Amino acid sequence: MSTHRIRFTLNGRAVEREVPADRLLLDLLREDLTLTGTKEGCGIGVCGLCSVLVDDEVLSACLLPAVLVDGRSVVTIEGLADRPGGTALQDAFITHGGFQCGICTPGQLISASALLAASPSAEEAEVREWMKGNLCRCTGYYGILRAIAAAQPAAGQTDDL
Amino acid sequence: MTFDYVAPGSVAEACELLERGGPDAHALAGGTALMLLYKQGLLRPEKVVGLSRLAELRGVRRLAGGGLWLGAMTTHRAIEAHPDVAGFSPALAKAFASVATIRIRNQATIGGNLAHADPAQDPPPMLIAFDAEVEIAHGAAKRALPLGELFRDVFETALSPGELIVGIRLPPLPTGARATYLKFLPRTEDDYATVSVAARVAVAEDGRCSDARVCLGSVGSTPVRSQAVERALVGQPLTDRVLAEAAALVVGDIDPFDDVRGTASYKRRMAEVCTRRALAEIAAPMAH
Repeated sequence: MSTHRIRFTLNGRAVEREVPADRLLLDLLREDLTLTGTKEGCGIGVCGLCSVLVDDEVLSACLLPAVLVDGRSVVTIEGLADRPGGTALQDAFITHGGFQCGICTPGQLISASALLAASPSAEEAEVREWMKGNLCRCTGYYGILRAIAAAQPAAGQTDDL
Repeated sequence: MTFDYVAPGSVAEACELLERGGPDAHALAGGTALMLLYKQGLLRPEKVVGLSRLAELRGVRRLAGGGLWLGAMTTHRAIEAHPDVAGFSPALAKAFASVATIRIRNQATIGGNLAHADPAQDPPPMLIAFDAEVEIAHGAAKRALPLGELFRDVFETALSPGELIVGIRLPPLPTGARATYLKFLPRTEDDYATVSVAARVAVAEDGRCSDARVCLGSVGSTPVRSQAVERALVGQPLTDRVLAEAAALVVGDIDPFDDVRGTASYKRRMAEVCTRRALAEIAAPMAH
């Protein structure tokens, strides 16, 4: 088994680590770097609990070998507040009931933050398409949609669902 | 249970590493398929050859004469969003956008998709309907294979050890051609298809079909092209009756198996229904 020295930016800070070839980003984050905000759910890329941003794109940390983030920028839920609109998004999830049990919430927020950056005034159909990959087993989807609508720059004109 | 990882700086070097590693060496593109099989214990690679440094395998390019080239390391998301893909055919963009979720499409590449050879994938039937060829490197040598010939069985391709998919080449569309991709999803939207139908049909000035390609996913151990349907269309006007009679012939070309997305007999019935619907969708606005 080979090990690899990787250097990447994690929530704005430079990180350097020696990782085994098969170390997944999810385990690197949670176990080696003790950033436990990113959750493990299905472990097969379906549920979205482990959503993280790599170079501003949402990826599944449970299927991503850590060696592939060498030289790239990773943002986890712990770094969300430092993203433009991150705090407003968190506030909107609180105000509009964007979570129930909370285990999917880090992934929901990461995906929603990437959506707001990529398409700030997305219509509801686009929001639904974007958030399709983040399951909420409490089925609190309407609260999540309300929260995202409220966090859009043009919020205020957005009707409640 | 773990593996050695190496990320070579050239295609030739990658091929050499794959050849030397033999059947226990695997290429790593986006990682969604390989890491999933590895985590589930279905694949035990000894060597993993990472392709992340091979920048020349990324990108989408229009080819002279109106064709299209997709680099093997291009993600599904990058392909679906590329203006040249929609410019070539909106159905092609739709087939890529039909895969799983945005998050998976950000990670999974088209080269990885083809090498994985899962017969339920969305892009392969559409690419076959566009007469795509897959470009395969072996060291400094290169060969091109009609995409339909790449797939041998579930998770099995015609690639030899040391061969690497580097790109996909689509020839220009025939004059008057339109295409569609129809994915039948009775469960959730991010699922694999129960049945999918990709079709490309051209109509001549006399209103008769001049060219047809029909290829289905999830109805056999590989994507399945239905030449019986194609032959029934060519030379005919695209009336509802012609479409229905042609679509009924699909059943003779497919060999679906039972899985969690439907029984074989259900898939056979739905393959006919979906083929008819896909053809009707293409034929409806063929006023031009």
